[in-house]
Amino acid sequence: MPAADRTARWALWLPLVLFGLFAALVLLGLLRPADRAVKSAMIGRPLPNFALAAASPDRAGLARTDLADGKVHLLNIFASWCVPCAVEAPQLAALRARGVDVVGVAIRDKPADLKQFFARNGNPFSRIGADNVSAIQFALGSSGVPESFVIDGRGVIRYQHIGDIRADQVDMIAAKVAEAGQ
Amino acid sequence: MIATFGLAALWLAAALAALQLVAGFLALRLPTNPLAPVVRPVAMVQAGLVAIAFACLIALFWRTDLSVALVAANSHVAKPLLYKVAGAWGNHEGSMLLWVTIMGLSGGLVAAIERRLPEPTMLATLAAQAFVSLGFYAFLLISSNPFARLNPAPAEGNGLNPLLQDPGLAFHPPTLYVGYVGLSVAFSFAVGALLTRQVTPLFARAMRPWVLGSWIFLTLGITAGSYWAYYELGWGGWWFWDPVENASLMPWLAATALLHSVAVLAARDALRAWTVMLGVVAFAMSMVGTFLVRSGVLTSVHAFAVDPQRGSFILALLAINIGAALTIFALRAGTVSEGQRFAFVSRESALVFNNVMLTGTLGIVLLGTLYPLLAEALNAQVSVGPPYFNPATAVFVLPMLVVMGVGPLLRWRNDGLVRLRPVLILPAVVLLGVAIWLAARGVPVLSVLGIAMGTALLMIALVPIKGRRLRTVTLPLWGMVIAHFGIGVALLGAASDSAFSTEKLVAARVGQTVAVGPWLVRLDRVEPVAGPNWTALEASLSASYGGARPSKLRPQARSFWTPPQQTTESAILTRWNGQLYTVLGDEADDGRWQLRLWWKPFVTLIWLGGVLIALGGALALLGRAASEVRRREAAGKIAYRRQRQGRN
Repeated sequence: MPAADRTARWALWLPLVLFGLFAALVLLGLLRPADRAVKSAMIGRPLPNFALAAASPDRAGLARTDLADGKVHLLNIFASWCVPCAVEAPQLAALRARGVDVVGVAIRDKPADLKQFFARNGNPFSRIGADNVSAIQFALGSSGVPESFVIDGRGVIRYQHIGDIRADQVDMIAAKVAEAGQ
Repeated sequence: MIATFGLAALWLAAALAALQLVAGFLALRLPTNPLAPVVRPVAMVQAGLVAIAFACLIALFWRTDLSVALVAANSHVAKPLLYKVAGAWGNHEGSMLLWVTIMGLSGGLVAAIERRLPEPTMLATLAAQAFVSLGFYAFLLISSNPFARLNPAPAEGNGLNPLLQDPGLAFHPPTLYVGYVGLSVAFSFAVGALLTRQVTPLFARAMRPWVLGSWIFLTLGITAGSYWAYYELGWGGWWFWDPVENASLMPWLAATALLHSVAVLAARDALRAWTVMLGVVAFAMSMVGTFLVRSGVLTSVHAFAVDPQRGSFILALLAINIGAALTIFALRAGTVSEGQRFAFVSRESALVFNNVMLTGTLGIVLLGTLYPLLAEALNAQVSVGPPYFNPATAVFVLPMLVVMGVGPLLRWRNDGLVRLRPVLILPAVVLLGVAIWLAARGVPVLSVLGIAMGTALLMIALVPIKGRRLRTVTLPLWGMVIAHFGIGVALLGAASDSAFSTEKLVAARVGQTVAVGPWLVRLDRVEPVAGPNWTALEASLSASYGGARPSKLRPQARSFWTPPQQTTESAILTRWNGQLYTVLGDEADDGRWQLRLWWKPFVTLIWLGGVLIALGGALALLGRAASEVRRREAAGKIAYRRQRQGRN
């Protein structure tokens, strides 16, 4: 491991190269902080085809056909290991109380952890699909958890909300849902 | 007046840092340079000036001088004095001033006491230290002036983020900063040694106290931060793999690796280039940590005031310092010979293995932390959390712990494992026995491994002092034994918490009793209480363990009014075998109260382990310092005798 091997002088430059890559990466991240708010390229397009098994024993799984049923749905991507998701829970409950149908996609999760998560934060979902390899998450163009999508009755993505829905955004989300229903 | 004085001291300190840099490098090129003798005194005076600047800032916060923009933005007349003072570093500008203060003070200390190394290496080291400091002075004076004035002065000020109004947090950032900045000294030593081609055991011994010192502070800082997150955030967890937590873990991992490779270099003159590399990496991780926290490129639950412009400045400093150091490394490391060879089974090998595994863990954590950013750059979109971090780090950490147990029993240079068979059998049997017993009870696999290895570690960590007269055991050996024992203790706590915790979320009526684990908890009443700058709803709980006499707990839901924010104040009851953790939630419509209750068996071992690890480091540092003092006294006596003999 000592890097002083004379046959591999070039290897001594490796740390600098790696560091350069790191610096370039974070510079890129710094120069486009607006990226966090960039909308998914999927907005206005129909949902990709998917069918997810149930993530929790007391709720059905989630498939594309469940979402193109003539009603508006709020699709929430979450995980029990995600701290902001716990913070978001009361807002989802509030939306449900206003009659919004909230469906969930649990990312890389386990039924036991989900059970605990729901015991602690409540369960606002009518259906929960298990996305154990983040495949659907990527297909939806989601950049992390939590994230929410407004899906209209024809199964078209109408709005994407990145990050947790804060208490002061509940009205805005409810308005987006109403808009998608018109 | 005080603000003006502080600003002047800061400018003067920056000017002296520039002088220190120029004089140090000129003297490096021409050893007879007349500027050479000024470098050390300049470093000491610079330390004094920057300390005065920081003292001025504290005085401003103490008096709540609202004509200073920083005080007005972060303090409030009605704030308790402790938090007024802590407010001095609870913000960006103040914490950066704290950073340069610690940096200046450690540079001054190096200049004052370190005399083991050849003088050119020392001058190069002090010049490198001045180079790094100068960047931070520029940062402060150009874009983050802590002494900027406000005209007209406001009447009362904004107040400090309530989450930060906690005794633990008043001291958590300074502790981490001492650790971060101490690594800058190790960095400067590494650069100085490279520049003068003096990567020797002597260099390792000069650098070791700084590595050890920073490592102790980082250990304490991380332990305290973890406990703070545990009781203040009210989520019942102690580690979230949050970018800000990772930012403090990464320098610690690098410093731990550095600590061990420095030991090899000091004792055996091996791993020269690698040690220098780690010296650079450790400080790079400190700066990366600071950058990630301050720039806001990654989203975190730690809601610091972030500012992309500051981020760019820190990134520029990072690029200049680390880029320059790595360039010097690439140019010079080829001329640093490899040092002593060693056999495959030897203490050196065990330490090399430990280094590789620590570096691997560091890589995993760094990759996981930066992954969202990397994915964003490639237009793929991902997120990572504990499902990635826990198994991926375990791949490196578990083998490392095995070698950590065996390594200290091996001899330097060349050894055989057969010799160790008698002492290894018992821990191995215990490890297997505990693992099988737990696995049969359906405990998750990582927890099984954690508890089994933790138990075995407790035994094997003590083997190096087994059968020895304890008075003859040296302090550094005590230090190692206690630190390794502490790792076992912390591991047991973490694994026990994840395997055996029970939790309850209930909506309880006043008078109702809830069972959680072996506890019966009764909600006696809920009533409003008021503090100096907050009001709260406070629940009174009577908790009885297995039918014993009940103890009182008072969790609160607190509302601060400057700035308006709600926090949950958990109430925790600690027994020898675990903690009862209680949180008061919202009131339900029908007059019931949400209560969250956890019983966490042996969770306290996590932080006890952290404290033991730091204590081990402190003993080692004390032992090294004592032997250095003795060496100097002996050298002084010999010189004195020679002088007398010469006279006769």
